[in-house]
Order: sequence, then structure tokens, then C-alpha cells
Amino acid sequence: MSDAKAAAGIRGSGLRIELRDLSKAFGPFRALDRVSLSVAPGELVALLGPSGSGKTTLLRILAGLERPDAGTILFDGRDAMARSARERRVGFVFQHYALFRHMTVRENVGFGLRVRPRGARPADSEIRARVDALLQLVQLEWLADRYPSQLSGGQRQRVALARALAVEPKVLLLDEPFGSLDARVRQELRRWLRRLHDEIHITSVFVTHDQEEALEVADRVVVMNDGRIEQIGTPEEVYDHPINPFVYNFLGNVNLFRGRIEGGKAYIGDVVVDLPDLALPESANALVYLRPHELDVERQPTAGARFHARVQQIHRAGPMVRVHLLTDWGDLMQVAMTQERFQALQLETGAEVFVSARGMKVFPDEPPASGASS
Amino acid sequence: MRDLPPPARRAPGAAPRRWLALRRTRAAHQPPAPKPPPAPRNASRGRGLLIAGACAYLILLLVVPLVVVFSEALRDGLRTYLAAITEPDARAAIRLTLLTAAIVVPLNVAFGLAAAWAIGKHEFPGKRLLITLIDLPLSVSPVVAGMIFLLLFGARSVLGPWLTAHHLHIVFAVPGIVLATLFVTLPLVARELIPLLEAQGREEEEAALTLGASGWQTFWRVTLPNARWGLLYGVILCNARAMGEFGAVSVVSGHVRGVTNTMPLHVEILYNEYHFSAAFAVASLLALLALVTLAAKHLLRRKVIRG
Repeated sequence: MSDAKAAAGIRGSGLRIELRDLSKAFGPFRALDRVSLSVAPGELVALLGPSGSGKTTLLRILAGLERPDAGTILFDGRDAMARSARERRVGFVFQHYALFRHMTVRENVGFGLRVRPRGARPADSEIRARVDALLQLVQLEWLADRYPSQLSGGQRQRVALARALAVEPKVLLLDEPFGSLDARVRQELRRWLRRLHDEIHITSVFVTHDQEEALEVADRVVVMNDGRIEQIGTPEEVYDHPINPFVYNFLGNVNLFRGRIEGGKAYIGDVVVDLPDLALPESANALVYLRPHELDVERQPTAGARFHARVQQIHRAGPMVRVHLLTDWGDLMQVAMTQERFQALQLETGAEVFVSARGMKVFPDEPPASGASS
Repeated sequence: MRDLPPPARRAPGAAPRRWLALRRTRAAHQPPAPKPPPAPRNASRGRGLLIAGACAYLILLLVVPLVVVFSEALRDGLRTYLAAITEPDARAAIRLTLLTAAIVVPLNVAFGLAAAWAIGKHEFPGKRLLITLIDLPLSVSPVVAGMIFLLLFGARSVLGPWLTAHHLHIVFAVPGIVLATLFVTLPLVARELIPLLEAQGREEEEAALTLGASGWQTFWRVTLPNARWGLLYGVILCNARAMGEFGAVSVVSGHVRGVTNTMPLHVEILYNEYHFSAAFAVASLLALLALVTLAAKHLLRRKVIRG
């Protein structure tokens, strides 16, 4: 692969991206609201958020396909907004690939080299060699003379990537790169993209609404909501230490209970929990989050078991057994456990269980007007 | 009546769909309707009757006239036929018709591409109004279209004296014929391309842009090749109409034999002077053009659909 990389003219270089106070509105809709972000050279960053959170708009502004209403973009400290999409040297991979349908795979990949002004255009033989090397890099040499309509989704995706890399971009932007592929191909391409990035180390930003994808592939994850950045951090940071209910909710499956915070303790139904977090207010409504796999189930009461519940439903298919419990105060609680643990417990519908929590996150439930996610 | 099956069991919608399929519309190219379950005998007899009726209608209105045109044209033998289409006035009419088409089609292609590119790929205020305006020539009677140019450039119009003073002949001359034909055929290329370009979206153009292509390169290498079959289809329609236009051209032509007579006008004159075989001979050329157009249209439509 590294031979192909060298022949394709891809050097392990990337530039630093600096975004300051970017805002963009489409009519009355605020797509971006004073967003600031910096991406280190060679970093792979995921913009993660629900649809309408502004992540694609941010990507298009980076590429120069959209103009921000306010704010600045710096590439290696220099103003990028003075340059058009054509001059930015940005590789963009579109969600639906946007391959040129009347050109073969080879012509698609070579397009960016062929449209260069005469002085900067490589000779035909060189273009051919570069295209061959790129196709080898994305493992599609054997499809060079096919048309896009004759390729599968995953193959089109890789052609789009090769086409974007052909112009030796300083930045690679990918819009929902795996969005329209089926689950298995997606898994495979995800790992492949990560490997490719580790080889060529080009500064890359990709947009996704799939938290699993962001956590698995990216060096850093930027969680976006309503045109703002909620949290920036490594996958571990945002997953283990979400700073607000939105991030917690968005990253992975959660149980949510509503309760009260009073004098350093949280009250959930008839359960009282001590809170170590001193930053919480003295008295407030509380949102309590528990991840299904951070709950332990016992048949007998133990010292740490806080919740008393009954088994309502059992889903055994898959690597983990998912058990739905009905708590004493009437809320549903989801628990995930290994098949072995499930066998050992011999659970059945209606069984009485005691649950302890290894991790718990309590947020004060602020009114929506304060700006926090409702 | 009582032994008729209840209406719900009669493969709902099957018969009307067959009707639609016979018409040369876009509907004919949509995916075929799922096969209706075998209908009861009464229904199939009714359907047979409907199909027979439709075929009779088509034969009476389309096939018979076509046959008549060619048989009348050849009634007095091939020699008369050839003489009729090679005599000087006929040759002048054919030349003028070809000249008109040669001027009108390229202009409409340029206009159609520009309009479709602007409308199909961009958002701007007044876009819907522009689309309606482009359609105007289709909803105006061709005679009215001819009258407009008569009123604009005729001897008694505001511009008339100035034009006469500068020896510019527009009405009752070739420029008038070209203008009237241009007006009538203006929407044909644009209307073919607008929905096509709209459906294709902007993504491929944006991709070309990020790959470093200029606006011109994007247009020539991406937009135009993607629209090529639709464009050719529009050109064929436009050409057929430009050669066959009668109403608007009739008003502005002045019917000067050998000078401002197009083929359709020449046919009318011959007919009015009781030269039936000659009239039908020239008419058969126009009919032939129609057949070629239809065949080309049929072949191209498939390519446009496939993209």
C-alpha cells in the first residue's frame, strides 16, 4: 500500500485548520451559531450530531461550497475565505459520491488532473500512472473501465475517495461517507478508512450521525447540536465524561430517570444516592443517566444494590442479552449483560432482582430557555 | 346485470392504463403496471372491445391520412412526383425552410441551454415567473404570434417608417419568417432541459469545482455531457416545429412565390390552385420529416430515461 501511496503522489502532509466564530443562517434557520474549532495537522476529526445540527453546513463552508455569514477560516494561519472552492485544494467526498456518471472510473479519478491549466497539467502518461496508483490504493484497479452505474455502493465510495485524493488535497472532507451503505460494508470501509488515514496522514474531517462510527474512526469527536458545538474530545472523553445531557443521550444507549437533587443527594423514585459531584446545585430537578451495560443485576440484595425491580422482558439474540426491568416506582430500566452472566443468574420474566450501578451521571434539569438541551 | 362480477374484482385500473400506454406520453415510459390477475370473461371481452376501438381511432386519425398523403403524392407517377419537388418554386421553398431551421435551431439551443442552466441549477427570485414566461409561446395561437411581429415591424407600426428609411425589410421577408419561427419554437429546447438539469442536482458540478475545474470546464465536461441526450431530443423537436410551422409564418410571409414561401406555405398555395399531386408531393416531404422525427424521438427517449 505504501508503494501505491508514493506513486500516487500523496505525501504525509496536512495543514492546520482554524475556525473562529463561524455563523450561517438559511433564512430564519440558524445552521451555525458562532462555531469555533481547530484541527491539528494530520488529525482525523468527526463532526457528530443529529440531522439539522449544522455539521454538513460546517463541512461545506470548509470546502468553500458555502459562504459563512460571519467568522473566519484559517488554513495554516492564512485566510482561506479569500480562496474559492476551486483554489482551496480540498478533497471533498460527497454523501452520494457525486461521481461523473458519463465517465469511467479511470476518467473520474483523473478528472482533477486533466482540468489543470496547461502549465500545471501532468503529461498523459503521468496522469495514467497516477490514476493507476490511486486505484491500487483503493483496491479497484480491476474496475478502471467501468461506469459508476456498474459499481456497488462501497466501490463508488472508494472511487470518490480516490478522485478526491488525486488532486493532492491538503484537507480531506467527507460528508456522511458511509451513510448510504449497508451495515456490513460500512463496518469494513470504516476500518479501511482509518487504516488509509494512518498511512497518508492528511488532515481529515468527516460528518456522521452515527455515534459508533465517530467513536471508532476518529481521533477526536466534535458533538454538534442546533448549530453549536456541545463538546469536543477524544472518543473516550466524550463517551466517559459527557459534559451535558445532550452528549450523554446522543452517545450510546441510556436509561433516563427524572428525580430531585437535594443537599448533595439525588432522589430517584424511592432510592437515594449520594452525589460526589460538588458542582451540582443545592436543590434542583435532576436528570439521572445510567448506561445499560454499567448496571449489575443480582438475585439477592447486596451492599451496593440500590434498585429493586422485576424482569419484564428478555431479548436473548445478539452478543449481549438485553433485559427490560420494571422498577418499584414504575419506570422501565434497560440492562445489558453477557450470555454467561445471564445463564448464571437464570433470569425469567417476573423474577425479582436487585440492581447496582457502576456508573451514573446526574445533571440538573434546567429549563429549556437556558439553552441546554431539553 | 346481476350476473356481472362485482366491480372490485375487475382488476382495478387495468383497462384505463392500457389506454394511457397507447398514447405517446411520458406515462408510456414509466415502469409497467403490475400484471392484473386474470379477469373474468366478461371483462376480457370488454377490454378487447376497448382496444379495438382505440386501434380503429388511431388508424382513422393517424395512419389513413399518412397513407393518403403518400398515395396522392404518387398518383400521377414517380416522374410527376419528382418534377413537383424539383421545380424552382418548390426548391426555393425547401431552401427557405432549411435556412430558417438552420438559423432558429442553434439560437434556441443556446437560449435553451442558458435558460435551463440558470433555472435548473440555481435559485433566484422570479424563477417561477421566468418558467411561465418561457412557456408563453406554447399557449399563444401561432396566428397571434405572427400578428405581434406584424404590429411591431409592419409598415404602419411605430418602427415602420424608420425601418423603411433604412431599407430594412423584416415583415414579408426572410427576417420576419425567422423571427416568427424563433418565437414559436423558443420553449422547446429549454422545456426538455429544465426538468433534466433540475433532477440531476448540483452535486456533480460541486465535485468538479472542488477538483479544481473552472466554470467553463465544469459546463463543458460535466453539465453538457450529462444533458446531451435531452438536448438532442429538444433539438429534434425544435427542428420539426421550425420546419413545419404554418400559422405564424403565414401571417408575416406575404406569400411571395420563390422568395418568402416556406414548404408548408407552398403546399397551401399549390392546393388552392388545384395542383393536388404537387401539393401532396411537397406535403409528403414534410410527412417524411415527421416520421424521421418520431423514430429519432423514440430512440432518444430511451437514452434520456437511462441517462
